[in-house]
Amino acid sequence: MYEHDVIVVGAGGAGLRAAIAAHEAGADVAMVTKLHPVRSHTGAAEGGINAALREGDDWELHAYDTMKGSDYLGDAPAIETLAKDAPKDTITLEHWGMPFSREEDGTVSQRPFGGLSFPRTTYAGAETGHHLLHVLYEQVVKRGIQVYDEWYVMNLAVSDEPDPNDRTCHGVVAYDVQSGAVEGFKANRGVILATGGPGQAFDHTTNAVSCTGDGHAIAYRAGVPLEDMEFVQFHPTTLPSTGVLISEGVRGEGGILYNNEGERFMFEHGYANNAGELASRDVVSRAELTEVNEGRGVEDEYVHLDMRHLGAERIVDRLENILHLAEDFEGVDGLVEPMPVKPGQHYEMGGIETDENGETCITGLYAAGECACVSVHGANRLGGNALPELVVFGKRAGYHAAGKDLGEAQIETGYREGVEEEDMELPIAPGETGLAETGDDAVADGGQLADTDGVLEGAVETERKRVEYLMERDEGIQHAEIRSKLQQAMTADVNVFRNEDGIKRALRVIRECREEYRDVYVADPSRTFNTDLQMTYETRNLIDVAETIALGALVRNEFRGAHWRQENQIRDDENWLKHTLISWNGGKPSIWYRPVILEGEDKTYEPKIRSY
Amino acid sequence: MSTQQQEPEEAPETDPEAAEVPPESHEMKAQSSPQQARLQRKQDGLAARERAADETELEGDTVHIKVFRYDPEVEAKQEPRFDDFYVPYTRGMTVLDALIYARDEFDPSLTFRHSCRQAICGSDAFFVNGSQRLGCKTQLSELSQPVRIEPLPHQEVVKDLVVDMEHFYDQMHSVEPYFQQEDLPAGELAEQRQTRENREKVKMSTRCIWCAACMSSCNIAAGDNQYLGPAAINKAYRFAMDEREDEEIKEHRLRIIEQEHGVWRCQTQFSCTEVCPKDIPLTEHIQELKREAVKKNLKFW
Ligand SMILES: Cc1cc2nc3c(=O)[nH]c(=O)nc-3n(C[C@H](O)[C@H](O)[C@H](O)COP(=O)(O)OP(=O)(O)OC[C@H]3O[C@@H](n4cnc5c(N)ncnc54)[C@H](O)[C@@H]3O)c2cc1C
Ligand code: SF4
Ligand code: FES
Repeated sequence: MYEHDVIVVGAGGAGLRAAIAAHEAGADVAMVTKLHPVRSHTGAAEGGINAALREGDDWELHAYDTMKGSDYLGDAPAIETLAKDAPKDTITLEHWGMPFSREEDGTVSQRPFGGLSFPRTTYAGAETGHHLLHVLYEQVVKRGIQVYDEWYVMNLAVSDEPDPNDRTCHGVVAYDVQSGAVEGFKANRGVILATGGPGQAFDHTTNAVSCTGDGHAIAYRAGVPLEDMEFVQFHPTTLPSTGVLISEGVRGEGGILYNNEGERFMFEHGYANNAGELASRDVVSRAELTEVNEGRGVEDEYVHLDMRHLGAERIVDRLENILHLAEDFEGVDGLVEPMPVKPGQHYEMGGIETDENGETCITGLYAAGECACVSVHGANRLGGNALPELVVFGKRAGYHAAGKDLGEAQIETGYREGVEEEDMELPIAPGETGLAETGDDAVADGGQLADTDGVLEGAVETERKRVEYLMERDEGIQHAEIRSKLQQAMTADVNVFRNEDGIKRALRVIRECREEYRDVYVADPSRTFNTDLQMTYETRNLIDVAETIALGALVRNEFRGAHWRQENQIRDDENWLKHTLISWNGGKPSIWYRPVILEGEDKTYEPKIRSY
Repeated sequence: MSTQQQEPEEAPETDPEAAEVPPESHEMKAQSSPQQARLQRKQDGLAARERAADETELEGDTVHIKVFRYDPEVEAKQEPRFDDFYVPYTRGMTVLDALIYARDEFDPSLTFRHSCRQAICGSDAFFVNGSQRLGCKTQLSELSQPVRIEPLPHQEVVKDLVVDMEHFYDQMHSVEPYFQQEDLPAGELAEQRQTRENREKVKMSTRCIWCAACMSSCNIAAGDNQYLGPAAINKAYRFAMDEREDEEIKEHRLRIIEQEHGVWRCQTQFSCTEVCPKDIPLTEHIQELKREAVKKNLKFW
C-alpha cells in the first residue's frame, strides 16, 4: 500500500496544476496516472487560453461572455471565479517559462476567438496546450513531486454510508500497467480526479484514445452526481478521416468556410449574420451538417475551410502547426487548397459535480479539469475557456485538498431531499452493469466498513477479484466489439441533431452493450503491460458515461447551447434554467434537477438571446 | 533500471547490426550512412507514392505488416518473433491505424503505446522499415511492403512494441528541465518581456514531444549509456537560449551539458535530426551549445 496526503489521479493540465498547488500548500502529494504526464491530451490543445490581461478588457467582460456562451446554464460563482483568477494564473505560466507568442513590445500575444467580446485568447503558436502541459510538468519535476506513471486507477475507496453526502473517500485502487500489480493508494487528505474528457464514447472525436471518462464513471458509481452530461460540444472543424482538430485559430485569423457551391454559407445562408465563421461552435457545427444534409456538402460529407487568402507568410507564422496536421493526417496542403472539415465530438461540458473549490459531495473527493462540472461552461464552452479552467480550478482543488482555506463555496453539491425529480418513463432500465459474479463496485456491495484501511483494503480486494475473473475466462465477447457498437450508436443518434426516437434507440443499444459486457473477457493472459485488460476496464466506464449523456439528452426537451432537440427547437427558460443531475446509488441511476445560479457577486445575469 | 544495450537474446531483430544484414528492403541497406538513408527514404516515399498514384491502387487491398512480438511472461512469446498481419487498406491509413486494426480484429494481446493519434503525445515511436518513426504520422502508402514494425532499438523491450522509457526520462530530468529565473517582475500580473526574435530562436526546441526516436537512432547513445542524448541536450538548449533566464543560470546550464557525457560526445552524425518527427534541428542545437560552451570558457580564462 502507498500512502500520501493528497492523491491526484491524472496528470494533464488540471492534475499537474492541482499537484503543484497541493505541494505549495505543504502537502505530501503524489500523482497516479495511466499515461506519463507529457502524454496527456492537454498537449493537443492548439488555440489558446482566455484571460483578461489588457487595457479595455476586464474580468467582468470575460464573465459576461462566458455566461452568454454557456446559454445561461453556467453558475455565476464558478464563472466569476474563472474570469477573476485566469489573469494571474495565466501570468504564473509565463513566470514558469511558458513560451507564449509575443508582441513587438515583448508582451504575450492574444487573439480573437469565437464568442469573445475582446481578443483575450492568449496563445503559444498553435501549440498552446503542448506548452502548457510541458511547463506544468517541468514544475512538477522541479518540486520533486512523486509521479506513479502508467498506473491505471480502477476505482475509488469510498465508505458506504447509505447517503452519498455522508461518505468519505480514503484513496484509490490502481494497477501498475508494467507489472499488473493491483495496489491501494491511501489518501490522508483527499483524492483529486483530473482524468480528462470522455470523447471515446463517440467514434468521431478530437479526443485521444485514452479519453475514456474513467474519473466520471468511478465517481458516479461511488455516488457523486454527474451534471449536465447531455451538453457535448462538437467542434465544427475536424479532419474527416481521423477527427484531428483544425483549431478555431484558423477562423480567428480569418479562415472562411465554403460549401460545395463555393458559398460562404455562414453568411449566405444566414446562420450567423454578424459573427459568421466566428459564431460559437454549436452554431457552426449545425450549420455545416445542415449544408451537408441539404446536399451542399463536399462528397456529401464535409465542407471546406479555406485560409489561402491569408498568405503564406501569415499562415506559416501563426498557424504552421495546422499545415502539418492537414498534410500528415489528411494529405492536404493548406497553402494551395482548402481543407476538408466536418463536426466531431470535442468537449464534454458536463461532468463530476463540484463546487468552486473542486469538492464533490463525498468528503475528501475532488475533481478538476474536463472531468469536472463546476459549472463554468454550462450548455456550451467557449473556445479557449478550458485551459484557464484547468489552471484555475486545478489550483483551487489542490489548495483545498491540502487544507488551505479558500472561503466557503456558494455552489451546493449532492442530492438533497426536496429537489425536483424527473419521473419520465425510461425506455430501458439504466445502470447495474458489473460482473454479477464478483459483486459490483465496492460502494454498493462492500458492507459497512469501520476503519479507513478497511475501506481501502476492501476496495483492493474487489479489484483483484475482478481482474482474476476477467483474466481467467477464456471465452466470451471482446471489449473492442462492445466499444465500437457503443461509439457508433452515440455518433448516429446523440450527435448535434437529436430527437426522442433516436436517443431512445441509442439507449437501447447502450443497454445491449451492458448486457454483453457481462460476458466480456480478457484474451491476453499476461500480467505485463496488458492493454487488453485496461481497455476492458475503460469500456465499462464508457458504457456508464454514454448512458448518462443519452439520459440527459432524453429528458432535456429544449434547445440550449450544444444540445438541440428536434421536438422543441427553442431555449425554454421557463422550464429549463436548471442543471440535469444523474446520480447512481445502490446500482440505480436517478435523474433530478437543480436551478442554475445566475446571481453573481454584485450583479444578476439576465438571460438574453444568444445571437452572434 | 534499463540497460541501454538491447540484450541480444531478448530481441536480436532490433539490433542495428542485425538490421543491416538482411537486405530485404532499401531502408535497411541504407542504414550504413544516415545521409544516404535519408535520401533513400525520400526516394522510397516518392516511389511508393507514385506506385500508389491516386492511392486507388492500394484501396481495397490488404497491407502486409510484420510485427515484432515478445512477452517475458508468456511461454509462446518468450522467444522474440515476428507475426504477420494482413490489414485491409483504407485511404489515409497510418502504421498506427494498421496496428489498431490488427489488435482489435486479430490479436487482442498485440501491445503498443498510443494515445493522441496526432503526433503530439509522443507515445508511438517505433522502428518502421528500419527507421524511427511515429506510427500515427506514417502513412502506409509511403512504405514498401511487408511493413516491418519493431520496438525502438537500444531500449529494453517490455513487451511487443513497448520499450522501457525510464532511462530516457532520467536523461531528460538530468538537465534540470525547468525554468529557473527567480527574479521576476513585481506583481502577479506583470509579465517578463521576451523579444519575438528570441521566442523564434527557442521555438523549434520547445516542440519536443519526448518520443525518444532521436535517442534510439543515436550511435553514441547506444555506446555510452550516460550520454545525455539529443533530446535532453535540446531541452537544455530550450532554456539556455531563452533570454528570460539570467546569464548565470545560462552558465550553470552550459556546465551541465559540457560534462563528460554531454555535448562533446556528439559526432554530428545527424541521425537524430533525421528521425525527429517534430523537425527539430537537433544537431544544430548541439553544435550551437558547443560554441556557447567554448565562449563561456574563454570568458573565464
Ligand atoms: C484537440 C483539442 C484542442 C483543444 N484546444 C483547446 C484550446 O485551444 N483552448 C482550450 O481552452 N481548450 C482546448 N481544448 C480542451 C482542453 O484541451 C481539454 O479540455 C483539457 O486539456 C483537458 O485537460 P485535463 O487535465 O482535464 O485532462 P487530460 O489532459 O486529458 O488529462 C487526463 C489525465 O488523466 C489521466 N487518466 C485518465 N484516466 C485515468 C485512470 N483511470 N487512471 C489514471 N490516470 C488516468 C491521463 O493519464 C491523463 O494524464 C482542446 C481539446 C482538444 C481535444
Ligand atoms: S527531439 Fe524530436 S525525436 Fe527527440 S524526443 Fe524530442 S520530438 Fe522525439
Ligand atoms: S499516438 Fe500520440 S504521437 Fe502518435
